[in-house]
Amino acid sequence: MKMRAKLTGEVTEVKVIISHPMETGRKKDDFGQLIPVHFIQLVVATLNENPVLEMQWGTGISKNPYLTFHLKGAKVGDKIAVSWVDNLGNTGTGDILVAT
Amino acid sequence: MRRRDVLKLFAGAMAFVLLPINAIAAGLNLKWNKAAFEATKLADASKGLNISAETPSKDIDLIAPDRAENGAIVQIEITSRIPNTEAISVLVEHNPTVLIGNFIFSNGALPYLVTRIKMAETSDIKIIVKAGDQYFTASKNVVVLENGCG
Repeated sequence: MKMRAKLTGEVTEVKVIISHPMETGRKKDDFGQLIPVHFIQLVVATLNENPVLEMQWGTGISKNPYLTFHLKGAKVGDKIAVSWVDNLGNTGTGDILVAT
Repeated sequence: MRRRDVLKLFAGAMAFVLLPINAIAAGLNLKWNKAAFEATKLADASKGLNISAETPSKDIDLIAPDRAENGAIVQIEITSRIPNTEAISVLVEHNPTVLIGNFIFSNGALPYLVTRIKMAETSDIKIIVKAGDQYFTASKNVVVLENGCG
């Protein structure tokens, strides 16, 4: 997971890229076999352990999901973390400290 | 060690690894909305999200390309100026399953979002904003030149 959190004035801009295939289950491989559905379903972003953005995703989010969101009230050095779980029970987490 | 024990140990370890995110999700009451995400029609997705009445609003900005070269990656930017915006849902009318994502804001998160979505064919993108028990919508048509759902 790649993350960035930049404070400008009062607003912190958070950018996140998660590495994930986000397979719809409708695509075929080179041998004509359907690639099984495999996608992130739940994502939670927290600021100092408090949830700020909770997400439910379907298969329509692009491969290697990209996200930008804005927070008010975060300070330099605050911790922003992102956790996800996919339909197969795989999980991932990442975090970053707010910088200017 | 017998095979059975090894498997048991492995299962135990897996459960332990899976615990944190499940604990997070459970603590937040966040569940994947199967009915809404498996809906193939806008009306069914709205029903799955427990939305009864929707009002079109000019206070939702949806920035998306007029024409997308590649439907696999269509970047969208959403801003809601509706007071007390709690959640933003993104839907694509002509996708095999219409609901793309549901985004719930709290604790100082501003009702703003940039993400990238898949579009199977030319379609309206529909945004639904939840504010209290009211729902507001905005739409934009995007022409897709190459399909992105495979």
